[in-house]
Amino acid sequence: MDSTPWFADRYRTTGAILVLMSFLFGSLAGCGPSSDASRPGVKRQLKNVSYDPTRELYTEFNEAFARHWQETHGETVEFAQSHGGSGKQARAVIEGLDADVVSLALSGDIDAIAEKANALPATWQQNFANNSSPYTSTIVFLVRKGNPKRVGDWGDLVQDGIEVITPNPKTGGGARWNYLAAWGYALSTQLGDLKKVKDPAESAAVAQATEHAKDFISKLYANVPVLDTSARAATNTFIQRGIGDVLITWENEAYLALREAGTDQVELVVPSISILAEPPVAVVERNASGHNNLDLATAYVEHLYSDEGQRIIAKHFYRPRRKEVVSQEDLKRFAEVKLFELTDIAANWKDAQETHFKDRTGVFDQVYSSKAQ
Amino acid sequence: MSRNSGLSQASRDPKWVQWILIGITVGFVTLLLILPLGVIFWEAFRKGLKTFTIALSDRNARSAIGLTLLATAICVPLNMVFGLAAAWATTKYSFPGKSLLISIIDLPFAISPVIAGLMLILLYGIHGWFGGVLQGFGLQVIFAVPGVVLATIFVTVPFVARELIPVMQEQGSEQEWAAISLGASAWQTFTKVTLPNIFFPLLYGVLLCTARAMGEFGAVSVVSSNIRGLTNTIPLQIDALYNDYNAPAAFALASILASLSILTLLAKSWLESRIEHRSKESEEIQ
Repeated sequence: MDSTPWFADRYRTTGAILVLMSFLFGSLAGCGPSSDASRPGVKRQLKNVSYDPTRELYTEFNEAFARHWQETHGETVEFAQSHGGSGKQARAVIEGLDADVVSLALSGDIDAIAEKANALPATWQQNFANNSSPYTSTIVFLVRKGNPKRVGDWGDLVQDGIEVITPNPKTGGGARWNYLAAWGYALSTQLGDLKKVKDPAESAAVAQATEHAKDFISKLYANVPVLDTSARAATNTFIQRGIGDVLITWENEAYLALREAGTDQVELVVPSISILAEPPVAVVERNASGHNNLDLATAYVEHLYSDEGQRIIAKHFYRPRRKEVVSQEDLKRFAEVKLFELTDIAANWKDAQETHFKDRTGVFDQVYSSKAQ
Repeated sequence: MSRNSGLSQASRDPKWVQWILIGITVGFVTLLLILPLGVIFWEAFRKGLKTFTIALSDRNARSAIGLTLLATAICVPLNMVFGLAAAWATTKYSFPGKSLLISIIDLPFAISPVIAGLMLILLYGIHGWFGGVLQGFGLQVIFAVPGVVLATIFVTVPFVARELIPVMQEQGSEQEWAAISLGASAWQTFTKVTLPNIFFPLLYGVLLCTARAMGEFGAVSVVSSNIRGLTNTIPLQIDALYNDYNAPAAFALASILASLSILTLLAKSWLESRIEHRSKESEEIQ
């Protein structure tokens, strides 16, 4: 066999690859977080870990903030923007993803970061205005063009023969808002006014309404053919795969889907009552100060409340907190809807989590597993 | 001999049986393999070459391609070295627990990639066994590029070793012993006797390893922080783009990944024909 010459060649190649590899490893080792003191002309990095549907919002907001910071401080800011299911993202920050800022779907997820990783104080929600939620949203429906199944309100979703698309409330942040909006609707049909929920004198009526709401939720989720893991996945199921008659989703996600799929495919239906969703934003103080980014991260969150920030928020179909700085044209797009708050139907997120989404004992697991039997 | 009689037996099957079997195979392959692959390319180029080039000139797309190539470039040579060492150790030496070791090398085949990712978090995450120490040196492993590379290495560990072990087992050590008794040094024996014998299976393992390293999704998705332009590999970026309603860009990137895999496949078929050729030659010599 004439193997020697070609083999010698191959060996040299392998050697070259090994050298290259050690070089790559060397350069990787240099990739660790580096922190410079803030000076003009310096490049700084900010990591914002967020949930799925905010991608378009933060892409534009980050550019605006980078311009603002360049003008006011003369420093260049580069962004690392991460998106995923809200619960998954919180988990990643707890496990060491070094976010300077988190902007998640619900305060319960940031509470978990405060509690399990001690990365920010438990009172984080008081650090910024409006419960640290610079924007709000609500839950609406998308239906097929012409609304062939005549869906107008929550009550229509439990009819026989209606297929409802909503993600699994145990894995998705938006999915929990969907669930709680339906829960609040069911309570309100029995009680008339959700204020009665916390009125001790009405406890008998509330107990009865709660039973009714459990029944409603059970029927609603019995109509769900595909229980996706996140809001975006559910949108894809409804729009791209064409499954289901109704999609329950974030208002901003619905508008985005409307723009992508076109108004000749789907249309928006606003229910009579829905929940006020407050997606919160927080500075992860331990990481931000570790990167010498505390000033930058705080300014970043504050900028969300600025005139410019609020306008970008409204443009991307999130409801702004300061309506006065937003153009009438953008405001007109948000339908008038009666909104109730999470605190109307639960003490706080922790309570809502325990009551509804806890493994086995939570209402969702009980009604959903009884459906399976 | 037995193979030949089997063949003539089969060719005595009625014509219609042959056609049905061929039809089933071709239909199956077309429906489940060729059609989906075709759709990817069709979707990628449907809106013209321009959308395709725009999608690929995107900074994040290029970064994803770069990261995938980087992870592959680190993973494959390491795997080659490990595979050689493992195959050598388990076929040329005998020691207690050898067969157990061979089974353990196969572990990544059996373990779901998601679990592989979670294991890496348990070890290198901030609350993990080594995570705190590494953090002290300012080295972020999980949710950063090193984590992506580690996950890729983990899922591809068995590829080269699995190809080499059976070949080296079959060959035994006679040729090496002969070389040594003729006065060759250990290094000469390795480079002039062992390596030429296993060159093709080694390359075959490397190719399989490359294909898997480029395509890995599950394990990498667990340990990546999903930051575009930073820790997204090609498969993760495809998923992200698809979820963005940006199907043309997703399919453009998918067609790149598919092309890389097809190239690997072609190289593999070429190698297979070479191996067959060689084994025929050596049969003739014998």
